[in-house]
Amino acid sequence: MSWMAWTLPTAVFFSVIAAILVCMTVFELRSPCVERKGFLPIETTRGDRLFIGLLTSAYIHLMYVGLTDMTLWIALGISCVWLFIVMRWG
Amino acid sequence: MNKTENNKAWFLVLPVFLLVAFSAVIPLMTVVNYSVQDIFDQNTAYFVGAEWYREVLQDPRLHDSLIRQFIFSGCVLLIEIPLGIAVALMMPTKGKAASLSLILLAIPLLIPWNVVGTIWQVFGREDIGLFGWALNSIGIDYNYASNPGDAWFTVLLMDVWHWTSLVALLCYSGLRAIPEAYYQAARIDRASKWAIFRYIQLPKLKSVLVIGILLRFMDSFMIYTEPFVLTGGGPGNSTTFLSQTLTKMAIGQFDLGPAAAFSLIYFLIVLLVSWLFFTSISHLDKSE
Repeated sequence: MSWMAWTLPTAVFFSVIAAILVCMTVFELRSPCVERKGFLPIETTRGDRLFIGLLTSAYIHLMYVGLTDMTLWIALGISCVWLFIVMRWG
Repeated sequence: MNKTENNKAWFLVLPVFLLVAFSAVIPLMTVVNYSVQDIFDQNTAYFVGAEWYREVLQDPRLHDSLIRQFIFSGCVLLIEIPLGIAVALMMPTKGKAASLSLILLAIPLLIPWNVVGTIWQVFGREDIGLFGWALNSIGIDYNYASNPGDAWFTVLLMDVWHWTSLVALLCYSGLRAIPEAYYQAARIDRASKWAIFRYIQLPKLKSVLVIGILLRFMDSFMIYTEPFVLTGGGPGNSTTFLSQTLTKMAIGQFDLGPAAAFSLIYFLIVLLVSWLFFTSISHLDKSE
């Protein structure tokens, strides 16, 4: 695995993504979701909202890195809050 | 009544899952790992955090390539989609003429990308190429090697020549799938040709057009070989698109860290635009 040039932050990042996917699968098996309409302009399933939340989080990080020199923890915090809002009310 | 579900079928997708893991997921994870490190060789790498992302996002070369790429993909879609529909509508529906036109349309799709580039490189030259020579002989000052406008025109024309067939063939298959009853009803109502196109053919073509638009967007957004062979990205940087800028960075300068960060930003753009296309068109379909 050394050719993959792992670092601790990227290992944590992928572990969190994998854990989210496993939790979502278990959640889906226990209580299957139906499409619903929240503040997003389209009807979404739980998986759709996760995808939208993660993709927009990536863009939040890119904008943050491109426009400021401040620590990335703030962008991570904003993204976590945004992901929660999308999952809950999206 | 409780419904028993047999989940054994999921094992059937395991080979595909493994294949995708090896061909896409693991390389993508490696690119993420590279994008946060300064790589010197296999054993020497330093963690630099978001430094490469910052450098790439503030690089004017990336901004210029990105603008050129969006203009190119926009032009490709604006030309190839209507032209492909028009060609499909004009194609014969029965007999040998239909088979012949299908074969003729498929020919450009069978030619490898680098060969297409070489064909147009020769075809466009003003000294030995038929196209370039013909334009110059009727008084149009055309030289794709020195004039950026001519270079753009030639790259676009080459892409239209190469890929409009794909859209036309997709639309042709979509048109053939429309049941005759719709046309009979239109004839009873004395619908005009435009009304038949607007209210029968175009709505029925929606699903194949989604595929066509997505394929053409993603393919044109990742275009590399044809403009590389035809113009080498020039004159200047006028036809240097994103993938060429990326290749120069990764292979030419061996800047693996910035190139990895660049590829991930590139991936996110393709992912976002493709998702927007797909979602907007599929939700449009649902609302109808």
